[in-house]
Amino acid sequence: MKESLGTTGLLLNEPLLWEKGKKGRCGFSLPRRDVEPCSLDEEFMGEGPDFPDLSELDVVRHYTRLAQWNFGVDTGMYPLGSCTMKYSPKTNEKQASLPGFTGAHPLLPSGLSQGALNMLFEFEQYLNEITGMYATTLQPAAGAHGELTGMLIIHAFHKKQGSKRSKIIVPDTAHGTNPASISLCGFRPVPVTSNEQGILSVQAVSEIMDQDTAGIMVTNPNTLGLFEENIQNIAEIVHAKGGLVYCDGANMNAVMGMVKMGDIGIDLMQLNLHKTFSTPHGGGGPGSGPVSVAKHLEPFLPVPRVIEENGAYILAQDYPDSIGKISAFHGAFGVVIKAYSYIRRMGPENLKKASQLAVLNANYIKEMLKGTLHLPYDRPCMHECVFSDKHQAAQKIATLDMAKRLMDYGFHPPTTYFPLVVPGAIMVEPTETESKEDIDQFIAAFKAIANEAGENPDLLHHAPKSCKVKRLDEVTAARKPCLAG
Amino acid sequence: MIYLPHTHEDIFSMLQVLGVDNLDDLFSTVPEDCRFNGHLNLPEALSEWELNDHMSTLSNTMAVSPEYKVFLGAGSYEHFIPASVSYLLGRSEFVTSYTPYQPEMSQGTLQAIYEYQTLAARLLGMEVATASHYDGATALAEALLMAVRITKRKKVAISSLIHPLYRRVVQTYFEPAGYEVVELPYLNTGVTDDSGLDDMDDLAAVAIQSPNFFGCIENLQVLGQKTHDKKALFVASFTEALAYGLLKNPGSQGADIVGGEGQSLGINSSFGGPALGMLASSKKHMRSLPGRLVGKTKDLDGKTGFVLTLATREQHIRREKATSNICTNNSLCALAAAMYMASLGGTGIRKLAQLNHDKAEYLKKELKKAGFTITFDRPTFNEFVVEFPSGFEANHKHLLEKKIVAGLCLAPYYPELANHYLLCVTETRSKDDMDALVREVKS
Repeated sequence: MKESLGTTGLLLNEPLLWEKGKKGRCGFSLPRRDVEPCSLDEEFMGEGPDFPDLSELDVVRHYTRLAQWNFGVDTGMYPLGSCTMKYSPKTNEKQASLPGFTGAHPLLPSGLSQGALNMLFEFEQYLNEITGMYATTLQPAAGAHGELTGMLIIHAFHKKQGSKRSKIIVPDTAHGTNPASISLCGFRPVPVTSNEQGILSVQAVSEIMDQDTAGIMVTNPNTLGLFEENIQNIAEIVHAKGGLVYCDGANMNAVMGMVKMGDIGIDLMQLNLHKTFSTPHGGGGPGSGPVSVAKHLEPFLPVPRVIEENGAYILAQDYPDSIGKISAFHGAFGVVIKAYSYIRRMGPENLKKASQLAVLNANYIKEMLKGTLHLPYDRPCMHECVFSDKHQAAQKIATLDMAKRLMDYGFHPPTTYFPLVVPGAIMVEPTETESKEDIDQFIAAFKAIANEAGENPDLLHHAPKSCKVKRLDEVTAARKPCLAG
Repeated sequence: MIYLPHTHEDIFSMLQVLGVDNLDDLFSTVPEDCRFNGHLNLPEALSEWELNDHMSTLSNTMAVSPEYKVFLGAGSYEHFIPASVSYLLGRSEFVTSYTPYQPEMSQGTLQAIYEYQTLAARLLGMEVATASHYDGATALAEALLMAVRITKRKKVAISSLIHPLYRRVVQTYFEPAGYEVVELPYLNTGVTDDSGLDDMDDLAAVAIQSPNFFGCIENLQVLGQKTHDKKALFVASFTEALAYGLLKNPGSQGADIVGGEGQSLGINSSFGGPALGMLASSKKHMRSLPGRLVGKTKDLDGKTGFVLTLATREQHIRREKATSNICTNNSLCALAAAMYMASLGGTGIRKLAQLNHDKAEYLKKELKKAGFTITFDRPTFNEFVVEFPSGFEANHKHLLEKKIVAGLCLAPYYPELANHYLLCVTETRSKDDMDALVREVKS
């Protein structure tokens, strides 16, 4: 194995913000006062918040030190399954920080915001093309917000038809956000079990699909990294009983230019721009979760819609069947700029190539590690593969121990203990932006760790040893929560 | 393509390991009739510098400062952002990491969000603040759903002076689950009319925004008391977080839950998003909060560290019984707000808020002098309503050509307020800008 990436380094300790500074300092250049002071009625005056006073350098060092305790895609491989931690191109950041975009007020008259509206309009067309759908809204602020929007559209569709349905079918492999989005919308999730191949069977769905079921919510490719091969037949069954088929498109990175969801029976789906379209994850957002729909669901999309009229773009409000508004303004516009830039830089061939290489990387890892780790579904995968800790159980080594040990080797661990259908799951999604050398090094690290599990299991039990902190006491954190200082 | 590292040789050797001949064969599990065999109809790839050209062209059409003098607020405010904040926020260790599921490798994000929660709680006068939500509107909707869960009642009363677009989002969230939203009208003094509350029973919550959509400062203390007399939860909302540098915060006036917008705290307008949903509550209701929370704890060696906590409220554990479906939130925006609040400090935020207030008062005074009516005489923060003579709409359009956006026309949101405009002034508008505005609207 090549020399491990993980090494020691000098990390500086840094206290909490309010343990620093001195009253009277300031890290902010206050603008010139060019008007007279004017006092506010005492009745409304507060004391002002108790913030620490810090100099600019105090603030700069504070956050620079904190940043150094973090690991990002720019630091190293971050194969968090289901999260698509691909490289976020730097030019995207540059475009999103153009003053014409950052400074734009959301309520500007449309005549003064043509560039933004033009981009939103074009971007919706691009997503329509990639998904094979008819229309798209960019208003949802994240993937789960898109799911909620989708459920609201399903609800509005049935209401318009005069039918009241109470259930949505959701497979056991679903993201936790799926059942939560379903119930937030007043529906009851009805679980359906995937078959021994890890996918949905036509029969399982037909047994529970009925006239009280509003639709089905399928992640495709699913969270085992497998393509739902029976999707067209399943869609037929759901449609025959008047239901709609929702696709959680969080895993679209596997099939861009290979599969158009609109062509295979999907009625509506969300995309996660922070996954498939390379916008950075920001330590937990902001993301963006556009929803694309087939023609029969267009009337229900959130308002306003961007439309083209006489060569200009305007915001149209008049859609009486619309579900209304899902964000205050136009959604995460700043994120959309980055995804738009990505699609323009990639073009159609490279988008398809990205999906192919994402699938190549995942299958390569699956093949290279399947002797080392237990592979519960030994079939060709899409963009991610799911192992388990079954082989290491005899050595009393769990997924958690291997994940923590990977840190010492300089890798972010994969997603662990998800999907729930695989006990001790290790879900690896390398993405297409990782090179063969980096993937080989990741594979070698995992193999080395599996060896250590036999020879020196304590190394794993006590991992990580090279991070800023050791394993943390999460139980006490939850029992006696300390959420503010 | 510079984002795709694979050479032909790499692809060939990896395919060999897999025992397949070409990339298409990797998709053998996708049934033939599910495949798209065409060519995506998208524009051909641009080089990096071609993209620069294209995006500059688009962004140059936008009406922004300093070329335009924009007197718009209404939920999105132009405030100065120090270079240090933008620079630090660009650190790729913050930008390119994800939700800190692995705390040992994410202490930077975790401590920063813990600090954000603390500063946010102090700003709002609350005990606990979450790691962030999407925007003010969704934070308010989640705050109200939280009240419904806590009280097990299905009706909320919300002020008609809550941002009209926030009310629409609340309506969208509430409608399918069958919850009821009743709107409280407003008085001609520019504050919420709470008299209707007397006849309402079984309320989960009463929601009030202060400063309200007209910029007027509500008497939260009195409204809170009245809400508590009805045994309902008092939910405070806001669109201009900076106001609490000067005004009494919601927590000190009896708010049980606070949900509003933090964009003012170091986040660009960016055509309305991404923004920062701020959500806070008392400790009593902490376990009913939706969204991520960071807590302080110790590691095996007894060293202080931070983790995501109280996860049993969340969708990845509780699934359909979770307090919300939220997963990805707006963490980087919360980080920006923390950096901004840290840069301002207690002393700075006080001065800055006072300056915002004083500038708006100056414009108000000058407009009055010029003969216009300031509709509501209630104290305001940095925005207020002015009535222009009928037919001003044409003048407003004419001013756009002179690169002045003279506020937001209120008629589409409040039909009874024809010819009324909501004007906003922050520290970024100079006295000269305001004098020019007054001159122009007079002529």
